[in-house]
Amino acid sequence: MVQYITEGLLEEIAQTLSLENVSGTDAGITRATGVYVSDLLSDVMGQAHSGEIWVTVQSHLNVVAVAALKELSAVIICQSREVAPAVAARAKGEGVVLFRTPLSAYEVCGKLWELGLRRAA
Amino acid sequence: MALRRCSMDLHIHTVLSPCAEVEMIPELIILQAQRSGLDMIAVCDHNAAENAGACITAACGSTVKVLAGIECESREGVHVLGIFDRAENALQLQDFIWSRLPAEPNRPEFFGAQMVVDASGEFIRFNDRMLAASADASVEELVQRIREADGLPLPAHVNKTHAGLLGVLGLMPEGLDVPAVEVFLPPGSDAQTLAKLRTTFSQLETLKCIRSSDAHRLEEIGQSRSFVWVESRSVGELELAFDGRLGRSLEELC
Repeated sequence: MVQYITEGLLEEIAQTLSLENVSGTDAGITRATGVYVSDLLSDVMGQAHSGEIWVTVQSHLNVVAVAALKELSAVIICQSREVAPAVAARAKGEGVVLFRTPLSAYEVCGKLWELGLRRAA
Repeated sequence: MALRRCSMDLHIHTVLSPCAEVEMIPELIILQAQRSGLDMIAVCDHNAAENAGACITAACGSTVKVLAGIECESREGVHVLGIFDRAENALQLQDFIWSRLPAEPNRPEFFGAQMVVDASGEFIRFNDRMLAASADASVEELVQRIREADGLPLPAHVNKTHAGLLGVLGLMPEGLDVPAVEVFLPPGSDAQTLAKLRTTFSQLETLKCIRSSDAHRLEEIGQSRSFVWVESRSVGELELAFDGRLGRSLEELC
């Protein structure tokens, strides 16, 4: 079982990183339990854990399906990749939180690490 | 007209693909296809179709039917084959893809040269675009554009994590209008290999699957192939075979 030092409140994370909530899904009091970064959806399906934030440049509709399937706490779409209205709407319908940022996946992960979302030694 | 069994390899690269060997010229491709008993091939270069017409010309008088294709790469990094009866239709798709490719020129020292040749393989010019790149269009848009140009959209090597639809996007996108998908099975694979693949990607159970060689070298042509029962060798007949309509059919793999 992967242990993390700190869990992060999604709302605080979004504020700190200035993330845009493109789905308009209520982040509420959801806590992120960790982070997974990958642009291969098949990899995320196999490796990500429930409650984690998923960092990616993919913005295809299947991202929503995979995030819902894996019960991820949120998806952060990097590099200001376009999110089609249908994707945002589906995310809202599925209760998936979709954030977007101009930052790169590297920068996002660096900031999340600094916030304490990291694996315990 | 009677139905006949057609042995086909719908994914063959030419010297226009930066990663293909220099021997992949129209005349030799046709010769090799004929030698290996193929009845039909499609020439599919990365994001381009400039050698498709030359391959069709080179096949005149041979037993091999050549379809014009393009292996396009979507924004998500997914490869989709567009297969056409005529080179002009493939070139129509090429125009669209080129309008969505990055502006950078090819770097032959890294990626390889991209050569436009005639039917006999004589060099005409280099293609200087970066063809080994993603077009800024979703996989759905590519499929739609292929359809609009009267082509057959076939997601390529779907099980590969490198540029395969299922490898990259995890699941078949809902409602994607494709009659079949190409799976990658190494030469010599048997029914068990396919069964295992269908366990990994359960959606393959319900999809029509074909195999092709994705040949970048002459000896690879026809090493993986599929069989259809059709009246003639055309995109329309292929679609019927994939759908299992009017007596046409696709044989199960392996």
